[in-house]
Amino acid sequence: MNIQQRPPFKAGDYKSDLTPVWCPGCGDFHVLLSVTKALAELGTPPENVAVISGIGCSSRIPAYTNCYGFHGVHGRSLALGAGLKVARPDLTVMVMSGDGDGFSIGGNHFLHACRRNVDMTYIVMDNRVYGMTKGQPSPTTEPDWDSALSPGGTGLSPFHPLVIALASGANFVAREFSGDIKGTTRTIVEAVRHPGFSFVEILSPCVTFRPDERAWKTQTHPAAVEATDDPSRAARRIMTDDGFNVGILYRGRRKPHDTHVKDSAGDPAILEEEFAI
Amino acid sequence: MKAPNGLNRSISFAIVGSGGAGALTAGAILLETAGKAGWYGIMNRSVGPQIRGGEAAALVRLSTHPVDCMAECFDFLIAIDWRNADRFAAEMPLVANGLAIGDPAGGDVPSAIADSGATVAQTAMKELAGSVPGGRENMIAAGLAAALAGLPIDALMSVVASKLASKGDEAIEASRACISLGSQQAESFEQSFHLERPAASSAGRWLITGNEAVGLGAVRGGIRFAAAYPITPATEVLEWLAPALTKVGGALVQAEDELASINMAIGASFGGRASITATSGPGLALMVEALGLATASEIPIVVVDVMRGGPSTGIPTKSEQSDLNIAVYGCHGDAPHIVVAPLSVADCLFTAQWAVHLAEAMQAPAIVLSDQSLGQARALIDRPADIAFIARRNVLEAEPEQTYDRYALTGSGVSPMAIPGIAGGQYTADGLTHTTKGIPSSKESDHQNQLDKRRNKIDDFDYGNHWADIETSNDTGAGTQFTILTWGSLAGPAREAMRILADEGITVKLLAMRLISPFLKQEFLAALEGTQRILIVEQTHSGQFHEYLRAKCDLLGQVRHFHRPGPKLIGPAEICAQIRDWKTA
Repeated sequence: MNIQQRPPFKAGDYKSDLTPVWCPGCGDFHVLLSVTKALAELGTPPENVAVISGIGCSSRIPAYTNCYGFHGVHGRSLALGAGLKVARPDLTVMVMSGDGDGFSIGGNHFLHACRRNVDMTYIVMDNRVYGMTKGQPSPTTEPDWDSALSPGGTGLSPFHPLVIALASGANFVAREFSGDIKGTTRTIVEAVRHPGFSFVEILSPCVTFRPDERAWKTQTHPAAVEATDDPSRAARRIMTDDGFNVGILYRGRRKPHDTHVKDSAGDPAILEEEFAI
Repeated sequence: MKAPNGLNRSISFAIVGSGGAGALTAGAILLETAGKAGWYGIMNRSVGPQIRGGEAAALVRLSTHPVDCMAECFDFLIAIDWRNADRFAAEMPLVANGLAIGDPAGGDVPSAIADSGATVAQTAMKELAGSVPGGRENMIAAGLAAALAGLPIDALMSVVASKLASKGDEAIEASRACISLGSQQAESFEQSFHLERPAASSAGRWLITGNEAVGLGAVRGGIRFAAAYPITPATEVLEWLAPALTKVGGALVQAEDELASINMAIGASFGGRASITATSGPGLALMVEALGLATASEIPIVVVDVMRGGPSTGIPTKSEQSDLNIAVYGCHGDAPHIVVAPLSVADCLFTAQWAVHLAEAMQAPAIVLSDQSLGQARALIDRPADIAFIARRNVLEAEPEQTYDRYALTGSGVSPMAIPGIAGGQYTADGLTHTTKGIPSSKESDHQNQLDKRRNKIDDFDYGNHWADIETSNDTGAGTQFTILTWGSLAGPAREAMRILADEGITVKLLAMRLISPFLKQEFLAALEGTQRILIVEQTHSGQFHEYLRAKCDLLGQVRHFHRPGPKLIGPAEICAQIRDWKTA
């Protein structure tokens, strides 16, 4: 189909007809809606978008979109996404993850994806719990949160994903609340448009294992100041805020990773020359 | 190996020194010199883990005919110094009338050398080098070795000049002076190891390592994306690919670990680009989960494993064939995939190119089991023939008229793959058991159907006659009571053993397997038909290859099993001894 002749895309064009496995009231429904609305606003045809994920409740999202998707192994979605984007720079690559998948088993890839600065968008649905395995603490869980696996709490300080992203070189950092569909949609659009690696942490309540997170609806509030391009200032703000400041917090100016596979190709025969004696 | 005129058809020598002394450089320029003068040859290295100050030895074999392996014994050995030489003296025994030359300033001669029966002599390499401004001992050693082997000194001079071109005239002149001094020293020894003149010129010959040949084969096969994490002894595959891929429109990304590198390769291949990564045992262990993902989601990738001694960190710089089990059986669940093994340095090119073709054609992962003895060996070979295998993936060419079934149950088991960008082809690749559309499912029938599909596409594929090299030492194959049955890098020593035995009137068949998995039972048993005695040869401690074959079929006839772990490579003389022993038993 000639792309020019298509009517403008609607959010529904990016949704598949599968029924999500998520619990009723899960914040991830809202994230799915915001992502599809953002893609409609960006106007990228669904076949030119790839949604890449790992393992966990949030990582079920690719099949609920009408884009190309990859539901890979636990924790490695950023590597899948980076390989795809380098091989196919023409595609819009969105990597979607959760706090366990992205920050625990996938923690090392998170650091290096920020450093590498491949032009893609990383959305982490943070509910501060392993939901699919029925309620274990994740790297962002509060130290005193009681669970069968860690009775009385882990006693460990939660991980600061946004600050770690800044320290590792992410080029765009934002926090959103899943229930704020308008704000989340706007931020995702900005994140995709921003060159390089963009990171959006979305507070997305787990109503089953963390019913207390329903309160996020009233606790979250827009950031009082505009996004900065100074990573140390952004980091200081994030370290000292109440954790519920939402909006775009940092826009960097780093040059994106620029090594890509090209469509034009030299003849491999030239590679033989070095071996002839 | 002597020719009738008393000259040698093949000689072997070692140049030894502490890491940084330049032994490997000396070996490399001697090999290139021999190549330019028309000989064939191969060089491997024996190095310790230290970058500087450890042990390093260049092991060189030169020959009038192509050679695929090192000899077990060395005609002469030159030690720039003896420091740390005891660490590897056992790996380089000298022939009975051999010659070991050390430097009086280079420390004590190790007992393994002193007691070997070889002539032990001295040349003051350090002192001679000191007499030349900017002179180096390794160039004295190179000149000495060239003269002992009968290599043309002027050819050596010109190789050195081109190698040192960037270092300026002074460096070249110093090296030339040292080579000249070194070559004059040879006159003081009674022994000479001169090679017979080569039969043909060097036209059309290549000087290449197994790791480079794997890289070139991969690119010829269509690889345009590589993800890399360094590991000994596979790093050179990746270092060769980095600049090479950019010349053909491709790209290489250095990953943060092997978990990332294999997943990057899978992501790139999902995007429609033939993709590769290379590693060694420890890295392969980390990649195994993702190999299962590539199998289940039917994304083609090539993983090169340049094997080293294991388990765990093992012996990073030395060869072994002990990753066979993890390559074949590593994945959890039932995960059929392809495992191939190159049979020589030259065959690294063919096998890597074939692996790309197989992976792409079957939309499955292919593991290439090379090893250190091939990967880091540098060989003088005839230019490998061009082969037709290229990446040809069955893809969805245009928007489908009906709904698209990514994992449709086709006769071949291979279903057209939609590449992102094709409208109407959207699907989600998934490690979860799925329906023909790719939708997650835990239904018995979906699981069974997809397991069958993925098994059938591998089992029913036509591998042609590339699955093994099958040879006999006479044309008819008559009288072949024995078959030497081996795989991968041991094909070279086994083939040479076959020729040596033929000269003694013992006809032997060689069956060297290139395709390890799937196991082609029918072809395998047909190849062994008529054989009464099978000698299985492999470089592992536990006998992984033997167990694999036993699990796959009943081996008819008598079977003997010769196996040993690394680092000491199994050589042709040992294989010959096994057959002679058995013949007289």
